[in-house]
Amino acid sequence: MTQDDVFAKVRTVLVDALAVDEDEVALDAILTTDLGAESIDFLDIGFKLEQAFGIKIGQGELFPDNVAADPEFVKDGLITPKGIAALQARMPHVDLADFAKDPRIVNVAKAFTVRAVVRFVESKIARK
Amino acid sequence: MRWMWIDRIIELAPGRRLVAIKNVSMAEDHLHDHFPARPAHASRPARPAIPVMPASLIIEGMAQTAGILVGHAAAFREKVILAKVGKAELHEDVPPGFTLRYTATIAHMDPAGAATTGVVELLDPATGAARAIGAIDLMFSHLDRNLAGAQFPEGNFVFSDSFRNLLRASGIAADF
Repeated sequence: MTQDDVFAKVRTVLVDALAVDEDEVALDAILTTDLGAESIDFLDIGFKLEQAFGIKIGQGELFPDNVAADPEFVKDGLITPKGIAALQARMPHVDLADFAKDPRIVNVAKAFTVRAVVRFVESKIARK
Repeated sequence: MRWMWIDRIIELAPGRRLVAIKNVSMAEDHLHDHFPARPAHASRPARPAIPVMPASLIIEGMAQTAGILVGHAAAFREKVILAKVGKAELHEDVPPGFTLRYTATIAHMDPAGAATTGVVELLDPATGAARAIGAIDLMFSHLDRNLAGAQFPEGNFVFSDSFRNLLRASGIAADF
């Protein structure tokens, strides 16, 4: 499956789950702020990706759960450098470079772009 | 609480499928406003009353059908909350004196929640004929798993006495 094929299928999933138009689903589009995704939509997207690609997605694998849970990783509403490293290790498909410049918890969601989802699916397919 | 939009569960395949029916009745108050008779006005002719089941309550009926299926699958330990209506298509109106049959199927389920697909059928008690009139896809969230730290009342307030009575009357064990 080529990268274009993966993107096309991911785009169909996002169009179904988020009721957006195909042309809104650009690689740099942020799921939450650009495409209106809410927490229940992340669950829906996970289910639909499993079905579309025949992969199994564990809880917290694609989108993080309980980012603020570990006190070692959060201080005063900011994620610590240790926390960022841990997050990056757990989520290699997400680019946290911009997030590291303004590591407020509320900004984590902005790192979840369409590109991150495509990267995640590619790595899952490669490991099948 | 009396917000029951299904009357009887007729089939339950645990973790997979639940079929329920709802009889639409003239005794339902809202039918007399949905829709009422309309007098003639300017260029518009008069129109008689057209009592039909509101689509929102058909969706609620499917949500109760699917919600019980999802809740039963985890022995009613989870607080199952309707979180998303993915799709709701209804192609016909449903008048009183007819029966709605909801068939909900679990498409996906995990600790965070579940996705269900559903078919809505219109049954004619006079002839026994049935036909599909719509499809409703839903997503449910398991509340405690997704709002850690938030305070909720003791016990499972989602599956109230009304639901338990419905399960019992339909011959399904409801000891929770």
